[in-house]
Amino acid sequence: MINTKDLHEGGIIRDPGNATTYKTGDWRTFVPQFIEENCIQCMFCWIYCPDTAIELDTSGDKPKVTGIIMDHCKGCGICAHECPPAKKGKSALVMVREEK
Amino acid sequence: MEQKLVALSGNEAVAYAFKQARPHVAAAFPITPQTEMMHKYAEFVANGESTTEMILVESEHSAMSAAVGSAAAGARTFTATSSAGFALMWEIVYVAASLRLPICMALVNRALSGNINIHCDHSDSMGGRDAGWIHLFSENAQEAYDNGVMSWRIAEHGDVRLPTMVNYDGFIISHTADALHMLPDEAAYDFIGKYQHKYSLLDVENPVTVGPLDLTDYYFEHKTSQLAACARAPEIVQAVSDEYGELTGRHYSFAEEYKLDDAEMVIVVLGSSAGTCKDVIDEYREKGVKAGMLKIRMFRPFPNAYIAKILAGRKAVAVLDRSASFGGFGGPVFTEVRSAMYGQNVPVHDYIYGLGGRDFDLSQVATVIDNLQNVASGGELEDVNLLGVRL
Ligand code: SF4
Ligand code: SF4
Repeated sequence: MINTKDLHEGGIIRDPGNATTYKTGDWRTFVPQFIEENCIQCMFCWIYCPDTAIELDTSGDKPKVTGIIMDHCKGCGICAHECPPAKKGKSALVMVREEK
Repeated sequence: MEQKLVALSGNEAVAYAFKQARPHVAAAFPITPQTEMMHKYAEFVANGESTTEMILVESEHSAMSAAVGSAAAGARTFTATSSAGFALMWEIVYVAASLRLPICMALVNRALSGNINIHCDHSDSMGGRDAGWIHLFSENAQEAYDNGVMSWRIAEHGDVRLPTMVNYDGFIISHTADALHMLPDEAAYDFIGKYQHKYSLLDVENPVTVGPLDLTDYYFEHKTSQLAACARAPEIVQAVSDEYGELTGRHYSFAEEYKLDDAEMVIVVLGSSAGTCKDVIDEYREKGVKAGMLKIRMFRPFPNAYIAKILAGRKAVAVLDRSASFGGFGGPVFTEVRSAMYGQNVPVHDYIYGLGGRDFDLSQVATVIDNLQNVASGGELEDVNLLGVRL
């Protein structure tokens, strides 16, 4: 946490993109569980996630979903709702109540 | 410095003061009695005397919003309003101060509704006294002009960076032709200086985010730095005023002290009513009554230490409030003065007067001085009194 004397005047933010360093994943009740074997790598979850909480591996030819970034996931469940394999009863994202 | 003696209304005088800063942007919506000021400014622009970009908005909320956007983009910016127009700006008035944007504003003081009234009192500015702006008050067109020129230097000073409003009484000052000395344009601009913005929304090399969500973790720290800026402002107001005094021969401070040196009784007042008070004080002085006046020029930040010192040891103090604080203990000026005087054995009484432009005449000042004499010799008086109203 920065003290008053070190803050930018007027509360402006001078380092763009710093939302990634601001941990906001602490108010969820449910959390998506990623079941890799059911995943068809369609990227829907990555597109729909209102935050930046879908973890990607971008080292290969195609990006791959590898899990959830818990520092940012709000537990909204949109990813689980949109995950196409869910319609066949084999969802790759399942919301479970988080034990804290 | 050679200065032209001109005859101008207060509105015209302030229009000149703002023009001399060569502002990049002006955003305003017309409202009586401010309208004439922006008419004059529009004339400057139409005549090619000013290159200011005028944003003619559809409401005062938009005027202040446009001013905030413009200032955040790095432009020297002003606006002007009165009464209900200021009230409609409300939300953004706070934003301007919170974002530390050095916007200048002419607030041509007019009563707030209802019932609707177009004449002078200070309820508009007083309602905004906690918004974080610097409030300067003027007694006449000369002071309105001088405050207008100085407002840029104060607002834009690196240690301040707070929006600043120049208050002058609606109609009494705004629409009355008055003789005043005006700096030549070049000299005024030299004094005000070229605008240095701290950041610009248009600077894509150095991107900034302005006005983000500010919750429990940082809001308090940001407010603390705003408080610190307010605390630094009086020193800068004085320094700028001193420099202006050297240039023009017109000297200003937090307040004007009129016949105060040996005054046992003091009237504290803001704005044009000070002139009326001076005349009556002169009459009483001839009769040997030691009355004086303290005309507060800088109401925000409130110069409490100065007030406590200058009023120390007086026998009685009367505060004149040209606005009421409904449900409060006296008017806003009284509340501040009495609080500044805490712990001192000086009786301070309040008078609410002149609401909605009710004439403030010599007999009212005489009543105040008579009461001061009574209080000074141990007489009783209500804490809060009404002046010039039919009961
Ligand atoms: S639950 Fe919501 S926030 Fe979390 S990963 Fe899924 S879509 Fe994103
Ligand atoms: S929406 Fe489901 S299937 Fe598609 S990438 Fe995300 S987890 Fe895999």
